[in-house]
Amino acid sequence: MNEKEILSRLKKIVEPYTQRPEGLRDFNVNTDFINDLQINSANLVDVVLDVEDEFNIEIDNDSMEGMLTVGDAKTIIENKLV
Amino acid sequence: MREIIDQLPYSQPFLFVDELFHVDNNSVKGCFTFKADLDFYKGHFKSYPVTPGVILTECMAQIGLACLGLYLAKQESKNADHYQFAMTSTDIEFFKPVYPGEKVTVISEKQYFRFNKLKCNVEMINSENNVVCKGILAGMIVNIYK
Repeated sequence: MNEKEILSRLKKIVEPYTQRPEGLRDFNVNTDFINDLQINSANLVDVVLDVEDEFNIEIDNDSMEGMLTVGDAKTIIENKLV
Repeated sequence: MREIIDQLPYSQPFLFVDELFHVDNNSVKGCFTFKADLDFYKGHFKSYPVTPGVILTECMAQIGLACLGLYLAKQESKNADHYQFAMTSTDIEFFKPVYPGEKVTVISEKQYFRFNKLKCNVEMINSENNVVCKGILAGMIVNIYK
């Protein structure tokens, strides 16, 4: 799975949880879940659970805590898919 | 189960749990009686006291999220002083009023508890077994010394 496809799937997952739709217009590895998309920590949990289902992977607590940006999520997914 | 209530971070006049009947990894059941002399009845409403929906929601959250969350979290670390609670979302429908003096029972079933977030289907029933309100509640329970 290439980077573009991971990002496009991530964007679809994140969309219903984002409180700041403008943040989705320029969705890239630097997009910050909390600051750019205004996703609170509780909804970030739902993002992670949806990522687990979408990519059929399991994310542990440590990975979750380091997942602040779309790039972080992409790296976690890539590492699990290897 | 008494221990769980004693370890909740609430006290009078904002403790809305009297007794727990049952708690396990997936569910909790408890009750509370809204005594007629509770302060908010003086103003909600001026000449027609009814329990505010936010208080019913709080009662559901204290039994359904806080008690169950504390039970689940204590399986990881025993010290209840280490936990902080935050309600993060409520999606509740209301069906019946609760008048001063009524006793209600809250039943909560876990959807999931992961990454410190507890999400539950919660229902409140009155003494006639009618559903007072029901819906989905979620909250975070965080071990602040972790």
